[in-house]
Amino acid sequence: MAKFFAVTIIVIAILSAIPILRHTWVAPEDISTHGGLIDEQMSETMAEAGISFLAAQFVLAFFIWKFSNPGPDAKIKKFPGGAKGLVIAAILVVGIEVMALGIFGVKAWANVYLTPPSADAMPIQVQAGQFAFYFRYPGPDGTFGATHPEMISEGSQNFFGLDPEHDVDSRDDIVAAEMAIPVNKEIHLLMHSKDVGHSFYVRELRVQQDFVPGLDVSLHFTATKIGKYEIVCTQLCGLGHYNMKAYLEVMSQQDFDDWMKKEAAMQ
Amino acid sequence: MRTKQMLLAFLMLLVGSSLMFAGTVSGKVTYTGTPAHQKPIDMSKEPSCAKQHATPVTTETVVTGANNALDNVVVYVSAGAPDEGQVPTQAITYTQKGCQYIPHVLAMHVNQEFDIINDDQTSHNIHPLPKVNIEWNKSQPPGTPPIKEKYDKPEFIEVKCNIHPWMHGYFAVLKTSHYDVSKEAGDFKLPNLPPGKYTITAWHEKYGTQTADVTITGNETKDVNFTFKATPY
Amino acid sequence: MHDMSAHAVQHHAPPTSFIRKYVFSLDHKVIGKQYYALALVAALTGMVLSWFMRIHLAWNSAAIPGLQLLSKTGAPGGVMTPEFYLQLMTMHGTIMVFFVLTTAPFAAFGNFFLPIQVGAEDMPFPRFNMMSFWVTFTAFLVLMSSFILGDGPTLGGWTQYAPLNAVGSVAGPGQGLGVVLWAASIGLFCVGQLLGSLNFITTTLDLRVKGMSLMRLPLTAWAWFITSCMGLTAFAVLMPACILVILDHVAGTSFFVASNLVINDQVQPHSGGSTLLWQHLFWFFGHPEVYIAIVPGLGIVSHILITNMRKPMLSHRTLIYSMGALAVLSYMVYGHHMFVSGMNPYSSLAFSFPTLVITIPSTIIVLVQVFSLYGAKLRINSASLFSLGFISMFVAGGVSGFFLAQPSIDIMLHATYFVVGHFHMVMGVAAMFGIFAGTYFWFPKMTGRMMNETLGRVHFWLSFVGAYCIFMPFHYLGMAGNVRRYSSFVDDFLQPLIPVHRFITVAALVTGAAQLVFLYNLIHSRFWGELPPNDNPWEATSLEWSTPTPPPFDNFGGKHPVVYHDPYQYGVQSSVGDYVMQASPEQVKTEDEEK
Repeated sequence: MAKFFAVTIIVIAILSAIPILRHTWVAPEDISTHGGLIDEQMSETMAEAGISFLAAQFVLAFFIWKFSNPGPDAKIKKFPGGAKGLVIAAILVVGIEVMALGIFGVKAWANVYLTPPSADAMPIQVQAGQFAFYFRYPGPDGTFGATHPEMISEGSQNFFGLDPEHDVDSRDDIVAAEMAIPVNKEIHLLMHSKDVGHSFYVRELRVQQDFVPGLDVSLHFTATKIGKYEIVCTQLCGLGHYNMKAYLEVMSQQDFDDWMKKEAAMQ
Repeated sequence: MRTKQMLLAFLMLLVGSSLMFAGTVSGKVTYTGTPAHQKPIDMSKEPSCAKQHATPVTTETVVTGANNALDNVVVYVSAGAPDEGQVPTQAITYTQKGCQYIPHVLAMHVNQEFDIINDDQTSHNIHPLPKVNIEWNKSQPPGTPPIKEKYDKPEFIEVKCNIHPWMHGYFAVLKTSHYDVSKEAGDFKLPNLPPGKYTITAWHEKYGTQTADVTITGNETKDVNFTFKATPY
Repeated sequence: MHDMSAHAVQHHAPPTSFIRKYVFSLDHKVIGKQYYALALVAALTGMVLSWFMRIHLAWNSAAIPGLQLLSKTGAPGGVMTPEFYLQLMTMHGTIMVFFVLTTAPFAAFGNFFLPIQVGAEDMPFPRFNMMSFWVTFTAFLVLMSSFILGDGPTLGGWTQYAPLNAVGSVAGPGQGLGVVLWAASIGLFCVGQLLGSLNFITTTLDLRVKGMSLMRLPLTAWAWFITSCMGLTAFAVLMPACILVILDHVAGTSFFVASNLVINDQVQPHSGGSTLLWQHLFWFFGHPEVYIAIVPGLGIVSHILITNMRKPMLSHRTLIYSMGALAVLSYMVYGHHMFVSGMNPYSSLAFSFPTLVITIPSTIIVLVQVFSLYGAKLRINSASLFSLGFISMFVAGGVSGFFLAQPSIDIMLHATYFVVGHFHMVMGVAAMFGIFAGTYFWFPKMTGRMMNETLGRVHFWLSFVGAYCIFMPFHYLGMAGNVRRYSSFVDDFLQPLIPVHRFITVAALVTGAAQLVFLYNLIHSRFWGELPPNDNPWEATSLEWSTPTPPPFDNFGGKHPVVYHDPYQYGVQSSVGDYVMQASPEQVKTEDEEK
């Protein structure tokens, strides 16, 4: 039984590694300007974690195979070096490994979260509310109109609580259910939650950020490839969480301008 | 004996006369001014519904017809009727189709049972928001049986789907069996009204309520019209 | 060695009535068994809930016959609604984390064996101990009552993030009374655990018999002691957090609800609260909690392996210090659950470094356990199989921690099935394996009968292979971006992943069925199991094996044992074999004892 167990461990370890080595279900292509460092971190971590995983399972299996069901004359032995060598190895090898991962990972994190958006980034406001995302563009006047929570009326499509009758700034605001952005243009995404916690996740853009009710946060990113991508909510927000999503359309500047005109006509 | 018979005959005459005499109040609901622009609804987050509409549908807060007709106005007898009337036995339905509520305004009698049907491929979550009746919130996966509900107090109740925030409708729960909802040309008709003095109320979800008093003496049809003031916002 | 046991414990007379013997018992052994029974019922409940969840995820529109009996509106015609899925999921997580993983390894085995392992008659505060069980039991009833009261259990996940947890039923079914019952239940649970921790700590420090120095305590005793220290501080933070949530519901406060929130087009009547405050309070508890769930398992598995290897671990102290290091570090890492929560991104970096560092004591423990196998005389039985399986699972679950500890990678993996795979492997599997190992090992001492070894091995094989089949694919799903806590997979990018979910569901149902083998074994052996050959069937050394089987009311039959040896004297030549028991006065030729 011991030998069978050892073989089972090895088989399971190898079978577990196969989908990783064959890149079966991995993150999709990176369309962001900052994602390269994230993907690099992921690969390095996978290599280190993978080697640790396989090594540990193999050594465990080997020892189970070799040291089970001993004969009557077998004597116990101590691993040469005892625990001291292992502790030192753990502290040095694992310690250096994880510190390296941590230190090199700072840059990947900083690019997204510790750098401000550039001055000419295009501001778009996204509001998350049970169970949809709505996007607001400031329109030709470049100013977002004031929002009035008590005027929010989803049935009449006033998701942001705008008061165009009294607020001049909000008359040219464009509210859309899809987020269209021009390719290769930095976006400054202003995130607001209407009700409970939500999150903004676009796999291809390598961004994920929670919305915090009561605290408006923001993200900035640049998309480098034209296409249609999904924005999904990743923070449990109620029964419709599974269905809370919107499409992100990355377009050429021309197509984007046309889209804005079309949306403006529908306000 | 003769007094009794005379009394009986008199009563029969009265009842008979009231049955014989049944008038109708009918008319048109219209608006003046410019109603708010009804925005197109982008259903892109729910592709199975989006593809059911060749051109996007618009919000139904203000639905108008030809010649300034105002639709979805609930017109009903709010005072003067001898009783609340029978609870109708026929089933009425509120259908979720193409991620919209059909009809937008469902009028019903208190305690009348209605069926909520999900005719879409997505789950809907029906969440009416009463202030007087009991609030409930139920999801309806596709292919599941109709949800049967009723309300026991008169109220105009807003209905939402939490999963699809643009979905919006109303339940008009009324304490009378004399009601109608204006459609297309803005017409409404309230038949079978025994002789008496009535107050007719017209309710619109955005433009509020208006009332009119009318007296029915016999079989006549009385013409009552309502005009609401529309605002651009 | 200062023997305080004579003064500290409240001597209580042996019980005579049925109620005092089996219901409201002051005896730590009965309390331990009561906790075990509670954990067993909870585990079965949590497992059945997971079956419903997995079936729904694999076959979304299928009607599950009978499901409508569990909820008035949650499963029309047996088809699960989105809210019911989330309600089942919330109850699954809450029941498993609190009523199984905190209860069985710590409260059940710890209560039964810690006093015995230190040589005491009972714990210092037997009444508090009894109360701790009944409070925990009440907490379970309160939690389960949410299935039948109001509009069902809360749907906010076992993590109950604000403001969804505080705004009330306007935000969804179960968010009114369901949350209040959840918070009341968990608040009570905290009280129970605080009372328990109090007893564990004082037992370990004050009731050790003559000769039982701290370093002579078995690894299980150390694990329970360290766990109870964590429990005291962690549960002490969760309990007030639960009270604050209840106040937000019933007293009009706004601890966790910001101003101007609009739900169903209505501005909510709350102002000034903080969304992130809940997360800080919850995870300050939550991270030590997961170590509370695993540290007893580390101790139990080490203890069992030593007995079955017939040699001590390479270094007793290293394991103790490493478990201690895990406990201390566990308070410094909690922000890794909040990397993208909106908290200051510099804080995220700050939390990531201790999170990476905590891999070091975990690695040391695994290395010591694995390399102690070198040169062992390993006996294979159900208990040792589950212990070895624990190591394999703990490694598998632990390496995924490398990824989640880094904020930049967490951008991609947060809230995906990668996280779900990680914590299920370390908690749902490894910690469970620790419970199983402890059960097979200690069953003879607790009940006076052996469990069936063949059924135990069947249970092991199906569970080991099954658990890998279920939870390894979770990691791949997470890397593909499969978001967690979705009741259905409607997004375009999730469609190709649905076949993987079907495979997982089948594996889960088969592995679940295997647990019924264990249940059968447990019940059958309790009444008709083989009798153990003697009081020490595993030829083990620690004090629990010096008692009669099962131990009498005061554990040692009126005598206080005296401890003469370190806890794991194996590989020696003594009159009984290759070991000498701690309480045996026999002097033997030993290997060099590590100082």
